[in-house]
Amino acid sequence: MNQTISIQNVSKSFGKKVVLKDINFEIMEGRIYGFIGPSGAGKTTLVKMIVGMDVPDQGSIYLLGEKMPNLNMLQQIGYMAQSDALYKELTGKENLMFFASLYHLNKLERKSRIEYAAKLVNLTADLNKKVSAYSGGMRRRLSLAIALIQNPKVLILDEPTVGIDPELRLSIWNELLRLKNEEGKTIIVTTHVMDEADKCDYISMVREGSLIATGTPDQLKEKYKAHNLDEVFLAAGRLINENSSAY
Amino acid sequence: MRTLALIKRILLQIVRDKRTLALLFIAPLLILTLMNLVFNGKTVKPILGIENGSQQLIESFKEVDIVAQEYVDISDIEHAISKYNLDGFLQIDGTETTLTLLNEDPTVAKSLEMKVKQVISKEVQFKLTGTNQSNDHIQTNYIYGSSDTKIFDTFSPILVGFFVFFFVFLISGIGLLNERTTGTLERLMATPIRRGEIVAAYLIGYGLLAFLQTVIVVLFSINVLDIILVGSFWNVILINVIVAIVALSLGILLSSFASSEFQMVQFIPLVIVPQIFFSGIFSIEGMADWLQVLAKLMPLYYAADALKGVMYKGATLSEISNDLYILLAFAVVFIILNLFALKRYRKL
Ligand SMILES: Nc1ncnc2c1ncn2[C@@H]1O[C@H](COP(=O)(O)OP(=O)(O)OP(=O)(O)O)[C@@H](O)[C@H]1O
Ligand SMILES: [Mg+2]
Repeated sequence: MNQTISIQNVSKSFGKKVVLKDINFEIMEGRIYGFIGPSGAGKTTLVKMIVGMDVPDQGSIYLLGEKMPNLNMLQQIGYMAQSDALYKELTGKENLMFFASLYHLNKLERKSRIEYAAKLVNLTADLNKKVSAYSGGMRRRLSLAIALIQNPKVLILDEPTVGIDPELRLSIWNELLRLKNEEGKTIIVTTHVMDEADKCDYISMVREGSLIATGTPDQLKEKYKAHNLDEVFLAAGRLINENSSAY
Repeated sequence: MRTLALIKRILLQIVRDKRTLALLFIAPLLILTLMNLVFNGKTVKPILGIENGSQQLIESFKEVDIVAQEYVDISDIEHAISKYNLDGFLQIDGTETTLTLLNEDPTVAKSLEMKVKQVISKEVQFKLTGTNQSNDHIQTNYIYGSSDTKIFDTFSPILVGFFVFFFVFLISGIGLLNERTTGTLERLMATPIRRGEIVAAYLIGYGLLAFLQTVIVVLFSINVLDIILVGSFWNVILINVIVAIVALSLGILLSSFASSEFQMVQFIPLVIVPQIFFSGIFSIEGMADWLQVLAKLMPLYYAADALKGVMYKGATLSEISNDLYILLAFAVVFIILNLFALKRYRKL
């Protein structure tokens, strides 16, 4: 199996605040990776650096063998930001068209990708509405559709299913699993929903800027002697607190 | 290709935003009209008394909206003007031409003087007589005030340039600012777009709007408001388009130092208002030396100089080329600074 992303000794600070400390991580092709961890742990900061929107202070990140940030690699990355960044004066379709035209796609591909992405997130009927008239969940779905628009090899989704109802969430996850299994896509998600984390092949726990544990959901449950991932999350938090109060 | 997509999107956004569209295209016309009304109470045709004028001369006056009335053997011009309710009197005595202006309303007097001088100089060129009768030899007398009286005509060209500058500055600045505050600028950094492409798209997209605005404002000023245009219409457009590019690049540059639309508006007293003082509405020659140096750092100073030259004095392109070069230099500097300002978002 090929390695898609390699994160080597990456550290990042904003001002004096250290957000990520010496992260080392390898991501394999055709797998789903979940990053979980408390709010402010540094998940978004980490995925942004993988996309190349931010640069590590130390260390380096390689994607498909190329050092990031790299403009050419962005064709291969579908990114969904934690907060929706959409053009509200434009319709859903115009948003999709605009983002599609930033990538190398011919006219036919563009059309079929827009249709596919809209259908996947169940927005086909609302495509001609202005985004300002969309609900929160609809905006989230449109952002996800944009992330898929250029048929990228790697999907990086920052809390993709916040504000999306359980039924649609299930169908989106089924599609993510299909993309992984049938098209061999590599997918990275950050999430606070442990049911979703359970569907990942590997889970990494981020706490205070470090990766404290990585493994399959079952491995993690075993490690923390927990029945489910919620308990893993809490147990990991307790361990950290005990360690820090020991000093 | 990506630039084109961005331009299309910018234009689409503006078209959807009716308020901004109105601000861009209607607000300058409203303000210009208002100022025109305030400064030019009268819009009636001026009445000019003529003694010894040729029939052809009288015809030419009619063409430029002057009511010309012929009189003979007038000895007391001042008396005649008040008696016949004239705005001015033109006395031609061989090679000696004397224009007496009532100058009750400086606007009327000034435009009448301009028109008379134009007509006579054209007449001279037409005849090619080679006599001494030229502009310099028209002696102008004023019944009230003097030729120094300030009027709307002298600063209306400046106003045209100012409005183009102001509205383009504000709207393009807020355009890029919105892109920043809604997170879409950051989102764009996850696509393969380059910094240069973003700057180019903003320049071209808003540049097109600015061009349209300029044409409308200039056409309106000249045809509806009757602002004097002695020089070429196309030179006026050219100057204003360059002014728009300067405003555009300055607007998007300063937007990176603002974090909200309100902060963008705060730049108006800092960046826009001082430019009005130094644009030539107030005499710059009379200012302290260091203030004169300051004036030369203001883009609008050069814009005003060029516009006044073309619209009021009939300057040709080569006469204003220095102003234009300096304006273009401003634009180039601002555009380069823009590329640096965006570096915060992307290194490439
Ligand atoms: N641009 C920035 N400037 C300063 N500090 C920042 C910036 N971006 C993030 N931080 C800080 O970095 C830390 C990690 O933020 P990050 O957004 O990566 O957290 P997260 O794990 O994604 O949290 P959440 O689950 O709430 O999304 C936070 O303490 C945050 O305050
Ligand atoms: Mg986050």
